[in-house]
Amino acid sequence: MTIHEYQLSQLDYLEAEAVHVFREVAAELERPVLLFSGGKDSIVMLRLAEKAFWPAPMPFPVMHVDTGHNFPEVLEFRDRRVAELGVNLVVASVPDAIERGLVAEEPNGSRNRIQTPVLLEAVEKHRFSALFGGARRDEEKARAKERVFSFRDDFGQWDPKNQRPELWNLYNGRIHLGESIRVFPLSNWTELDVWHYIQREEIAVPSIYYAHQREVFERDGMLFANNEFCRPREGETTFVTTVRYRTVGDASLTAAVRSDADTVEKVIEEVAATRLTERGATRGDDRVSEAAMEDRKKEGYF
Amino acid sequence: MDLLRFATAGSVDDGKSTLIGRLLFDSKAIFTDQLESVERTSQQRGDEYTDLSLLTDGLRAEREQGITIDVAYRYFATPRRKFIIADTPGHIQYTRNMVTGASTADLAIVLVDARKGMVEQSRRHAFLVSLLRVPHLVLAVNKMDLVDWSQEVFEGIEKEFSSFATKLDVPDLTVVPISALHGDNIVSRSPNMPWYEGPSLLHHLEHVHIASDRNLVDVRFPVQYVIRPQSLQRTDYRAYAGQVAGGVLKAGDEVMVLPSGFTTRIAGIETADGPVGEAFAPMSVTVRLEDEIDISRGDMICRPHNQPAVAQDIDAMVCWMAETPLAPGQKLAIKHTTRSARALVKELQYRLDVNSLHRDDTATQLGLNDIGRVRLRTTVPLLADEYRRNRQTGGFILIDEATNRTVGAGMITSAS
Ligand SMILES: Nc1nc2c(ncn2[C@@H]2O[C@H](COP(=O)(O)OP(=O)(O)O)[C@@H](O)[C@H]2O)c(=O)[nH]1
Repeated sequence: MTIHEYQLSQLDYLEAEAVHVFREVAAELERPVLLFSGGKDSIVMLRLAEKAFWPAPMPFPVMHVDTGHNFPEVLEFRDRRVAELGVNLVVASVPDAIERGLVAEEPNGSRNRIQTPVLLEAVEKHRFSALFGGARRDEEKARAKERVFSFRDDFGQWDPKNQRPELWNLYNGRIHLGESIRVFPLSNWTELDVWHYIQREEIAVPSIYYAHQREVFERDGMLFANNEFCRPREGETTFVTTVRYRTVGDASLTAAVRSDADTVEKVIEEVAATRLTERGATRGDDRVSEAAMEDRKKEGYF
Repeated sequence: MDLLRFATAGSVDDGKSTLIGRLLFDSKAIFTDQLESVERTSQQRGDEYTDLSLLTDGLRAEREQGITIDVAYRYFATPRRKFIIADTPGHIQYTRNMVTGASTADLAIVLVDARKGMVEQSRRHAFLVSLLRVPHLVLAVNKMDLVDWSQEVFEGIEKEFSSFATKLDVPDLTVVPISALHGDNIVSRSPNMPWYEGPSLLHHLEHVHIASDRNLVDVRFPVQYVIRPQSLQRTDYRAYAGQVAGGVLKAGDEVMVLPSGFTTRIAGIETADGPVGEAFAPMSVTVRLEDEIDISRGDMICRPHNQPAVAQDIDAMVCWMAETPLAPGQKLAIKHTTRSARALVKELQYRLDVNSLHRDDTATQLGLNDIGRVRLRTTVPLLADEYRRNRQTGGFILIDEATNRTVGAGMITSAS
């Protein structure tokens, strides 16, 4: 920070903006919750929430929508972090919801779509009125127009035509009973900003974000780990190679990328040079159609 | 590395999307999969070239109609700076989008087509930039290739625009001749226009000095959140969190808290990373005071000899953003800094024609996308500055109390 110039670095600016957003929500909305998956964006978000209320503890719980398709490293990380912070963890479980008949397994085994009703049910049950999510506008084009305070009706649905203009640093968090706001404190961050911040703050992330040896197979030009959720089909052969994950989602759908980046410095170098978006490179779910993300958001997804 | 936020505006087909596509492409912020998806769509539609503007058309409704409806935010970085673009659609119906995009911008780029020169919309765009007090304005004269790179054409437009801009009180104007399609004067200086001696557009974006744009004179710290850890080690700890809106705060400074008027000193400025010596906009910090004073969200910390107005009568330029018009007699919710109140619309002084700047004082209401001068009476005092002096303590939003929608944006012209 170059104090003498009275100019913030880009990371300090982004941090100040996110901290402002956290405090604004805590001040204006009754029952916020932070969505915490153990992925890098939610880890960074958690760190910012911690900073926003320091030295007091963050005044809201965290929630994980658990698809049941987890990377064990990520689940361990989640539990460790929650214990360190002493925050309350709410788990909304998709396998549970399947058993209860709330949702049914999709033919392709993907739980991306069916996690939405599970999320919405948990929101209703706990009467959460604001949900912090780690989504960034640079991720996907339906997100480029997303607000920092994204208004959802009482079905949790996103209507792109019914969003509130956001001017200066003034956010409108007024809602009626049953409605909610999804809040995205990392809206203006890019994948590279997130990594620069992880480096600067020396934030730990699950080991799968760094290069490691893994048994994988190739499908649709992407590398999938051979694990209990995702087995090679006829004609797909497995092999061991050095990979890392750029995003961490449903373990049955998230692909790894070939990489030797085993330190945060090398990851930054790699991200700076890459020519593929993180979703395009690794998310089977977003490839379905041009508007896949837009459709899911309308149903109540993030 | 610091950060520059800029907004872009232009009439349809002036080349705004091409320019943004070019900036993203040349700074390697466009990814192969995004490009492939755009190429696929272009081919399906039978376009003759890859339409880079598709990169910025986010939503299905926009793609179907072939127009941009909402503000889209785009990101790119060079080794010197990170950039956030607020890409605002140019059509008159979208005045509210441009106002939204400009509210957080350090700089605005207004595009014109060199063949057409200044049109009505260019005037409107420049006016909105000045209304929102964006500190730096760039006029990009595009499609110079189609006027044979003519110095004469460029200078004609430059002259016309500059004389208009002086009326608007634009603090810093830069005019650049470009070809967004061919990349001339975008990243590096164009060999096609040796007569042009200014910087390339990107060079200007990277070097324009923004550190002194913020108000470093008037200390303004709107209290956002009171921090009181309920822990045994810190039983007496009480501090005030917020984002600095103006001036420079230092430990030891004598300060006044409004609206109560009590004075005390700053005991310390803290963050989770340790104490800081000075805090300035837009830092988010926590302030501890020497004396125990009753302070809550919405209060303002300032200096005893430099205070904002404590005012319930507010005159402001308002941009109306809702289908149902604004008219005298209406009651609305208002949010100004961290303070919320109710406001009565006392009077509409005039509606401004954003193209001719003509003031219509016979107007009885403001419709969607109209701008006018309004007098409000608030239920509790606002701690307000003129918008021209401070964008953070001079701006507010209006909210419909029944629908909870944000229906207006205001820029305070005077408060008493
Ligand atoms: N010859 C020429 N054509 C341009 C230039 N910039 C944009 N165009 C073309 O002008 C048309 C409109 O551009 P577009 O970027 O879609 O305009 P927008 O509506 O302002 O976003 C397209 O056919 C572009 O290829 C330029 O510098 N020179």
